[in-house]
Amino acid sequence: MSTQAEPQAAIPADTVSGSGPVSDGTGNITGGNTGPGASSGWMVLLFFIIGLAGSLLVGWIAFPHLLYEKKEQPVRFSHVIHMDQVDDGCNSCHYFRDDGTFAGVPDLASCEDCHSDEAMGEDPAEQLFIDDYLSKEKEIPWLIYSRQPPCVFFSHAAHVKGADMSCESCHGDYANSKTLKTYEQNRISGYSRDIWGYSISGLGSGAPDGPRPMKMNDCAACHLKETGSKGACFQCHK
Amino acid sequence: MKIDRRCFLSFGLGVTAGTLFSPLPWKLMDDASIWTQNWSWTPVPEPGEVSEVNTVCTLCPGGCGIRVRKVGKRAVKIEGLSDYPVNHGSICPRGFSGLQYLYGPTRIKSPMKRVGPRGSGKFKKISWDEALATVKDKLQDLRTKDMPHTLACIAGSDRGTVSYLIDRFLTAYGSPNYIRDASSRDADELALYLTQGQDGSMGFDFENTNFILSFGAGLMEGWGAPGRMLNLVGSNVDKTVVQIEPRLSDSAARADKWLAARPGTEGTLALGMGHVIVREGLYNRDFIDNFSFGFEDWSDEAGNTRQGYKALVLNHYAPSHVADITGISAVEIESVARAFAGAAKAVAISGRGQGRASDGVDECLAVLCLNALKGNINRPGGIRAVAEPDYLTWPEMNVDLTASKGRQQPRIDGAGTGAYPNTRYLINRLPAAINSAKGDSPVQALFVTDANPLYTMNDPEAAKKAFSRIPFIVNFSSVMDETAMYSDILLPDHFFLEKTRDVPSPPGVPVPVIGLAKPAVEPLYDTRHLGDTIITLAKSFGGFVETAFPWEDYGTFLEQTLADVWSDLDENGFWIDEKAAPKPWLEAFNTGSRKYEFYPAALANSDGHGYHPKVLEGAASLPGGEKDYPLVLIPYDSIRLSCGILAPSPFMMKIIDDTVLVKNNGLVEINPETAARFGLSEGSGVVLKTPAGRARVRVHLFSGIMPGVVALPHGLGHRAPDKYTNGKGININALINDVSDPVSGMNMAWGIRATLEKV
Repeated sequence: MSTQAEPQAAIPADTVSGSGPVSDGTGNITGGNTGPGASSGWMVLLFFIIGLAGSLLVGWIAFPHLLYEKKEQPVRFSHVIHMDQVDDGCNSCHYFRDDGTFAGVPDLASCEDCHSDEAMGEDPAEQLFIDDYLSKEKEIPWLIYSRQPPCVFFSHAAHVKGADMSCESCHGDYANSKTLKTYEQNRISGYSRDIWGYSISGLGSGAPDGPRPMKMNDCAACHLKETGSKGACFQCHK
Repeated sequence: MKIDRRCFLSFGLGVTAGTLFSPLPWKLMDDASIWTQNWSWTPVPEPGEVSEVNTVCTLCPGGCGIRVRKVGKRAVKIEGLSDYPVNHGSICPRGFSGLQYLYGPTRIKSPMKRVGPRGSGKFKKISWDEALATVKDKLQDLRTKDMPHTLACIAGSDRGTVSYLIDRFLTAYGSPNYIRDASSRDADELALYLTQGQDGSMGFDFENTNFILSFGAGLMEGWGAPGRMLNLVGSNVDKTVVQIEPRLSDSAARADKWLAARPGTEGTLALGMGHVIVREGLYNRDFIDNFSFGFEDWSDEAGNTRQGYKALVLNHYAPSHVADITGISAVEIESVARAFAGAAKAVAISGRGQGRASDGVDECLAVLCLNALKGNINRPGGIRAVAEPDYLTWPEMNVDLTASKGRQQPRIDGAGTGAYPNTRYLINRLPAAINSAKGDSPVQALFVTDANPLYTMNDPEAAKKAFSRIPFIVNFSSVMDETAMYSDILLPDHFFLEKTRDVPSPPGVPVPVIGLAKPAVEPLYDTRHLGDTIITLAKSFGGFVETAFPWEDYGTFLEQTLADVWSDLDENGFWIDEKAAPKPWLEAFNTGSRKYEFYPAALANSDGHGYHPKVLEGAASLPGGEKDYPLVLIPYDSIRLSCGILAPSPFMMKIIDDTVLVKNNGLVEINPETAARFGLSEGSGVVLKTPAGRARVRVHLFSGIMPGVVALPHGLGHRAPDKYTNGKGININALINDVSDPVSGMNMAWGIRATLEKV
């Protein structure tokens, strides 16, 4: 290797960009691309801009579309209709169990507290729910927008009861939704898009009515603001 | 306007800059790191409500209380139940890996009918109706031919409601052949019956004793209720434990003193210790003088003077002589005997390893005599006969003439007949009884439940041959094991954690504790509770067989049968029989003399020899000559291996040492001294030959085993469709021949002569 190092060291520093003479690696110096046929600076700039703009478009617009797989919920569900029927708001179906744990998305047994084989309304989606799930005693495979991975311990009780936070402050306003939005699943990590947030840059705190991002940094930022500390590892990773 | 290399370089720079200012690399990096933390093949339970179910483990007869943690409908963890009276929170590795059995690949998922040759494992799924109809037709056919006695049942237990239901079915149907699988219980029960006239199992009050003298019982290896024993000897406790065993087992390692007596001489050693205690007058005079018979010489009905225990041990078992036989020095024998006799509360226990195989009655009696000398019978810290609590209420039943005639036929295994009048079950004699029969097999139909005889019996090839002569085998096993593979119809029972059943009092526990196993999960497959299967089957016969089973299903039956104790059981999960407090000596014994009998006079055998703690001495009684087979092979047990009917769980296969199993190779333990004699070193491949068979194994040098003795573990070498255990290691049962106890007929083989050949 030392035979190559010597001639390379002889190259003047200002010719390395490619227009000066370059070593062919054997010790001979060959001519650079400096003739009258060389492209103009504008052309070089144009290509730079094309590359820059193209990759920005890919990174900001095409990439999110490719990254997330869109899935529809198995049953079309209207929170508006249900909120009219229940007495206790969100808590009617998304309730705390006796042991203080949070039930999350209701299971079929909770649906059966009100629903029976007879449809209660006229929406064909309800009939579909009865035929496909209720009468077959089959759980609805809901796609959960805000599911954290199993390594995360999250207590709804601490936030909802302890800190008196409302559901929508994190999950966004579901109560007024007539349908459930399309579930977007990250093809690599398998997470719901709600965890990262809809801003692909990961910046900002989400749309005013939408869900708040729920990555670890988002937890820490809110905790820092509200409690003065980001919290310790083992508070969530038990 | 020329496009040249500079333009492309510039384009590349633009792409690089643009990409860096887009979220693409950063987001991809983040997602990739998340992906590495959430491997899709790492099992994670579905989210759901966390709940806990308290129940009783039924993976072995130990009956430990367990708490099953569930997420949603799935059980995710088993823990010991801290307020359960048997195990107080401790459980064994098999118990806490029990979910691997429940959700494992060996489950039988529906009724099946064999379609390939026996043992091929080729089965066809059939409906419950078809399966039950097939069984009923076959059994009805036997009844029509007046052959109901040719139905036999091999069962893991004879206690608890399900066992009684099967026995009741056999009674109504007309068969006397309910055969319990072998265990150390056989010898214990017989010894209790002979010396105390009591039906029951042996209970040891270890909780209140100061001194445990164990003649080989694997107190740490899973003996009795493993959870209980782990509490008692697993941690530092204020008890002196002396372990007598030819091998440094976990029990021996934990003991205060380990005596490596030659295998098979434990009974002799007990008599030698008896000699010391008698000679020095260290025995309990109150008990011996007032409540025992046969200590002094006595006269039989014909007026002949018979030697008592005292003369026997004084004349024949002097420590110097016993030292020659056992290899334990006379000084050691004397010192341990004095320590035992001098302890405030002491108890002696016989047995081998986990006690899942039978052992010799003579040895059991010799050790029991030490307890009698100590006078600890029915005393705190001693032993007692634990009668099965009378908690079941049964309606009367009538049987028809066919059944009555069938019931009067002699048992096929010969138990309770002229040759073996006091023995209740002799499963070890069943293969020979079938193989030696001329013409048709005396067993025309066989039920197998909670047993895996084709794995657990010595000489499984003879058992297989016998099974091949049985035209119809029905197996109720929940998992595909060696015996299920050999069966014709599989009627899978609900498994562990899937069903309600009463759990009989665990072996060794001094007060009867009946447990209630409750379902922790819904049955996973198309299985059916054995109790329900039997009730349905009985009802299909009509007539007296049907009327003997007036219950709609097992659930109703259980509540009605357990009448008085049901509410306790249901509420607490267990029921302790308070009435079973040990009786004072005056009322304790049901023998002819109403005393503890060193020599069970009324039960003397027809040849006049009778039962006597005259132990078969040393290895000489084992099959095979010393010239061809210079070594002795013994099995050993480990709490990390299940040696009973179930194969070890995948978890257990992972926690066994690489001195036991390396890949698929079983390792035979051998003392370095002996190994040198055979020119063997660590890891050498050898053929282990015994009169019963041969096996390729590797050598593991172990200073903790006696020279001249080699050992293989129980519980390996399964041959069933379970990738975690199939073909791993050696089934030691296949290398050992039965040694029949001439008096009880039970198998008392504790080992076999063997040799090693280098390959």
